[in-house]
Amino acid sequence: MEITGSINMIGYALATVGPALGIAWIFSSAITGIARQPEARGAMMSAVYIGFAVTEALAIIAIALAFAL
Amino acid sequence: MGSLTLPLIPMAGGGGYTPPSADDFIYDPILGTTWLNKVFLQSILALIIVMVLWFVLSRNLKVVPGKRQFFGEMLYDFIRNGVGRDMIGHDFRRYLPWLLAFFTFILVNNWFGQVFFVMLPTYSLVGYAYGSALLVWIIYITAGIRKHGLLKYLKLQTMPEGVPWFLYLMIIPLEVLSNFITRPITLALRLFANMFAGHLVIMVFVVGGGFLVTQADGLINNIGGGVSLIFSFAVFGLELFIGALQAYIFTVLAAQYIESSISEAH
Repeated sequence: MEITGSINMIGYALATVGPALGIAWIFSSAITGIARQPEARGAMMSAVYIGFAVTEALAIIAIALAFAL
Repeated sequence: MGSLTLPLIPMAGGGGYTPPSADDFIYDPILGTTWLNKVFLQSILALIIVMVLWFVLSRNLKVVPGKRQFFGEMLYDFIRNGVGRDMIGHDFRRYLPWLLAFFTFILVNNWFGQVFFVMLPTYSLVGYAYGSALLVWIIYITAGIRKHGLLKYLKLQTMPEGVPWFLYLMIIPLEVLSNFITRPITLALRLFANMFAGHLVIMVFVVGGGFLVTQADGLINNIGGGVSLIFSFAVFGLELFIGALQAYIFTVLAAQYIESSISEAH
């Protein structure tokens, strides 16, 4: 059986591990924080979304490179 | 309009099984033009749907809302309080109509992936995602320049407070890269990658299942194909959720970028 395709995707799968753990960490901290202090939700979520965007940027750059290189 | 349906059974022309790939996202121009294809038409359709939707929802407003007005107010309230007020802060009213229209537009485009006769999320083609992110980019930079003026805006964006001067050599290129280049690109690619991957998964289940049911020999294969086709309904449900989530995240991040442009402290 012959398998064709780009081995880049395996590299991309490895590259998503870091951002996955990072995003999980960000949102778990946010949930803990909101549970402790529900009224601070608005202020907390804006920081969460910045952190989420920056962390997910790594995975997104990786998928661009996996297709491009 | 023959090209308005997806080639869901790509092996219909005979030959073996062709797995779905990125080639299935390429649509030929129709009606004798070089630029008008199915995806372009459906994005225009989404625009019309959004305009008609908000036209209908905002007519004849009453103090005691009916079902139609209640639905409109719920959607409006979701963006106004959940995105606008929470993310942008007290100056959010100026950007609210744009955020609301943009959220609805992306939502309709994403849900096109699960609608008959369309069956393709518009943003699974990267050009549309780049266009939308370019709009966000222009708006948040313009908002910052209008609020602060060009020089102060650039200073606020590239020189965070409390950084010692000898680190500027390192911080300024990093901030320029992060604020003006990475932001729009990741915004576009996040939406594109989610829609592209989701549509590819649907195609794998539906095309593979269809092939196993109709073309493959052996009862086990046929049963497997049937199970795959039934399971594709669950994947469609997941895609409905992902489409709404990505539209929300895109809007939240657009609002977030505007906020970080117009706020005083970095």
